[in-house]
Amino acid sequence: MALKGRLEDFGITQLLNLINLARKTGTLYLQGPEKNAYLCFHEGKLIYAVMDDAEDSFTAILQQSGVFTADQVRMIEANMPGKTDREIAQVLITSGRLQQQKVVKSMKEHILNLVYQVFSWNSGTFRFEPSKLPVQGKITVPIALENVIMEGSRRLKEWERLQDELPDLDVSLKFAERPTTPLRDINLSVEEWRVISFINPRNTIRQIAQNNNMDELQIRKIVYSLLQAGIVEIIKPPRPKAAPGVTRPTRAGAAAAKRAEMRRPAVKRGIVQKLIHRIREL
Amino acid sequence: MQTLKIVITGPFSSGKTELIQSVSEIDVVSTDRKITRDAERIKSQTTVAMDFGRITIDEELILYLFGTPGQKRFDFMWEILSEGMLGFIVMVDSTRPETFREARRILDTFRSYSPVPYIVAANKQDLEDAWPPEDLRIVLRVEPEVKVVPCVATDKESVKQVLLELLYSILEVMDQEEEEE
Repeated sequence: MALKGRLEDFGITQLLNLINLARKTGTLYLQGPEKNAYLCFHEGKLIYAVMDDAEDSFTAILQQSGVFTADQVRMIEANMPGKTDREIAQVLITSGRLQQQKVVKSMKEHILNLVYQVFSWNSGTFRFEPSKLPVQGKITVPIALENVIMEGSRRLKEWERLQDELPDLDVSLKFAERPTTPLRDINLSVEEWRVISFINPRNTIRQIAQNNNMDELQIRKIVYSLLQAGIVEIIKPPRPKAAPGVTRPTRAGAAAAKRAEMRRPAVKRGIVQKLIHRIREL
Repeated sequence: MQTLKIVITGPFSSGKTELIQSVSEIDVVSTDRKITRDAERIKSQTTVAMDFGRITIDEELILYLFGTPGQKRFDFMWEILSEGMLGFIVMVDSTRPETFREARRILDTFRSYSPVPYIVAANKQDLEDAWPPEDLRIVLRVEPEVKVVPCVATDKESVKQVLLELLYSILEVMDQEEEEE
């Protein structure tokens, strides 16, 4: 089942977040305002990216990152015609002309560079094809999406969307119970660390901003990126535990609980069972 | 005579009216109006006040299904409709990602009205472009303990299953409470 939609309605950050959390494998095809791109994922990790006008041959990528000169690239291509990127890399590494770390570093930089460009696409369409991976013969590098989302979100300058995603600054944050990546493995900026140091159920986002002399835009950006990366969670009002008709004060505030109590009808278990029985019969 | 109420809410054109129509024993008392302007491209009528369906349980008990108006400008009606509800169902059109953010807003709003059990119905699962319920759970940030149920609002059996899942959730909450006592 392909996931389809418009980037105006469902942005890149949300898509990457979904792919990360659902540990999806497949390819995300993007049609942006001026270019097209596709991003490949394996079990929730970004492994490859291609954009219309970007050179995606392995040797060209190595030239761009300064590992080889243009002359060296021409020579390599002349000596190994018809070979895939993966085969070329294998030959170069086994012959000692290239270090594996350099391959990984160059490919990673190339993929990330493309992905961060895609973050600025506010319009266009997307389509996610599960299990489809057009990367045969290519060199893939698994990249955890948390950091990509963090960095992409840093570059995100959509004030309106941030406001939409995080409408209320008078809520508190807590650390995610099951973070997908340990905090020590995530690259945080100084500002993000400053926010992190104030995370406590007693501090609202607004108070954290005030303590750090941050304006609303700054704090929204940081909290949004921490939320998207799954590092923190908003503390929501407690989930409904009370059955209809049962008084149950909540921490969200006595007034709200009182209001809810008054409204809930008194219902016994037997009545709910009657409803179930009747609906089954319909 | 005792009456009970379940509220069906969700964004514009998510299938609330169809869901009620599928199981109501009376013709749904609908306050639809012909749509003008942009919304016309999606459907020809929309609910401006509420939909109202009925299921008679026995001589002394009636279940009413109330559908909220989907358009944002009628959201003042939501709180009124939520008064005394047994639980609520958030309908989401699984084929229209442009409505997911609105669905999340509605879900949060209804949760704040009353702490009653609720479920999410991932509607239009019969269509090829439908997003799977588990993806909707992530997108809508629905907690693991809340059910996201696949649904086809025009199919009576599917709607019955949605209503039953909500009622099972209510029973689960009751069980949980009894254990705590």
